[in-house]
Amino acid sequence: MAAITLSHILKTYGQGAKANTVIHDLSAEIAHGEFVVIVGPSGCGKSTLLRMVAGLEDISGGTISIGDRVVNDLEPAERDIAMVFQNYALYPHMSVFDNMAYGLKIAKVPVDEIKARVDKAAGILELSHLLQRKPRELSGGQRQRVAMGRAIVRQPQVFLFDEPLSNLDAKLRAQTRLEIQKLHRELGITSLFVTHDQVEAMTLAQRMIVMNGGHMEQFGTPEEVYNRPASTFVASFIGSPPMNLLQQAPNTPAGRILGIRPEHMGITPTGWPLQVETVELLGAERLVHARLGTESLTLRLDASLPAPTAGESFCITPRADKLHWFDAKTGQRITSA
Amino acid sequence: MIEKRPGLTVLSHLVLILGVVIVAFPLYLTFVASTQSAAEIAQSVPMSMWPGSHALETYKTALFGGETSAGSRIPAAAPMMGVSLVSALVIALGKIAISLLSAFAIVYFRFPLRNLVFWMIFVTLMLPVEVRIGPTYEVVSNLGMLNSYAGLTVPLIASATATFLFRQFFLTVPDELVEAARMDGAGPMRFFIDILLPLTRTSIAALFVIQFIYGWNQYLWPLLVTTNEDMYPVVMGIKRLIAGEAYTEWNVVMATAILAMLPPALVVILMQKWFVKGLVDTEK
Repeated sequence: MAAITLSHILKTYGQGAKANTVIHDLSAEIAHGEFVVIVGPSGCGKSTLLRMVAGLEDISGGTISIGDRVVNDLEPAERDIAMVFQNYALYPHMSVFDNMAYGLKIAKVPVDEIKARVDKAAGILELSHLLQRKPRELSGGQRQRVAMGRAIVRQPQVFLFDEPLSNLDAKLRAQTRLEIQKLHRELGITSLFVTHDQVEAMTLAQRMIVMNGGHMEQFGTPEEVYNRPASTFVASFIGSPPMNLLQQAPNTPAGRILGIRPEHMGITPTGWPLQVETVELLGAERLVHARLGTESLTLRLDASLPAPTAGESFCITPRADKLHWFDAKTGQRITSA
Repeated sequence: MIEKRPGLTVLSHLVLILGVVIVAFPLYLTFVASTQSAAEIAQSVPMSMWPGSHALETYKTALFGGETSAGSRIPAAAPMMGVSLVSALVIALGKIAISLLSAFAIVYFRFPLRNLVFWMIFVTLMLPVEVRIGPTYEVVSNLGMLNSYAGLTVPLIASATATFLFRQFFLTVPDELVEAARMDGAGPMRFFIDILLPLTRTSIAALFVIQFIYGWNQYLWPLLVTTNEDMYPVVMGIKRLIAGEAYTEWNVVMATAILAMLPPALVVILMQKWFVKGLVDTEK
């Protein structure tokens, strides 16, 4: 069993009056075999959180358990985890084989078993023909796979990924995303994956933790996070273009914020009067940026529909079942609207 | 900048040739003088520009010592070269070993007063051997290290330059590499030996070349700490020949000079590839 339990995690830098808290009392349970993505804007503490699980950062408060062991005071190597770094962190002077075998050599695994494990991992990742190469002779995607191979051969209880896809080009990123999913299906190892990219988060996650400013804003499946965002931050962070957040839309009570996703509105003869500002064609769909009174609003329309042009006025009606209500002060979701 | 103008090509070659001549001419002169007899050098003014026919006997005298035709006694250069070689090697290797370890400590360990220690090492850059030569001599002499290899080498081993260079190199090693090694379970010394040392290879080679030449060329310090002829390095030997008996055997002086130049030149030539690599590129 390798569930990860984060309980009341606190991270502060500095001491006394100058102390800077980067993670505030964060608790979460990650089930055995689950693939959890931590997503948030830069500086939200997501990497710090991952590095605390990895043992690369001290834990200022709270406990982290992997399986039934509290790992707060264990060295990274003793935690039975493996990590894939953003820049891969391959040892430049070692061959691919040695890179993958290094951890096992230190752990004094017998030589033939090292060979067997590396060969197997190389087979899974299609690296078998590259084992004698040096990292500098590999492409970015291959290096990335070696970094994953190094994690796999250790047969850890937990995989940690620190933005492993951000150095790849868009096409390779999409492909590697699929490979990671496949790998997770095959190996079934509990994984924590940090990214700032919401597409990665939505596609990879079984459940995702959305973080902002050191707080956990929401912890749920991608569907939950998308369909029932817990706060205005989550609503505007997940989804592209983000959810429209309006305070002055018709029928919005004071102290409330109305959220409506761009795709949940349609042009109707009567309804909210809009003034079009710009129109963007994305291929299959069109984004219409418009004004509703003083607030701006984005609309996503099927490209086959007749498009409004800039300067034009028209009316829209939002789908009543797709309205989200938030408290204007706290930004929290109001469930009974 | 690539330009195709014949005039410029000629000019740049002229400048280069001039540079080579300025550097090479004294060397050539030394060589020519070492192949003539002492009498030939003394009598012909200016000296002949062509190699003479006494090379073999001159070099033999220079290397193994003996009496010249004029009757002066020449001390053998071979054992002095041995002393120089041992000191230069000990200085170069000792400097590298100590600097690597101190740079490793300064960059990778958080200990109290870390910055103070670094600056203390750094400040010694301002104090070359010549400045602290008095007190250093006092210490070496009180420790009874005069006329010994320890006396010749130990005071020259501590090196801020090398520590600083290794520190700068270690700072460029990505943190993620350190963390990856930690995740792999490598302890500090394991990381140092398995990861850091191989990455530092080329810098070590470059430093070895520089420090070997530095050690080989030491003159002032050996002059102070050695009074026993058996411990004279070859650079001192050259000076002794000139100041020697009434009549200076210039051919032997020049032959000894050529001999003294050979080992550093060999080190540079043999390690040139590594040397250049170490100074210009970082394999990361």
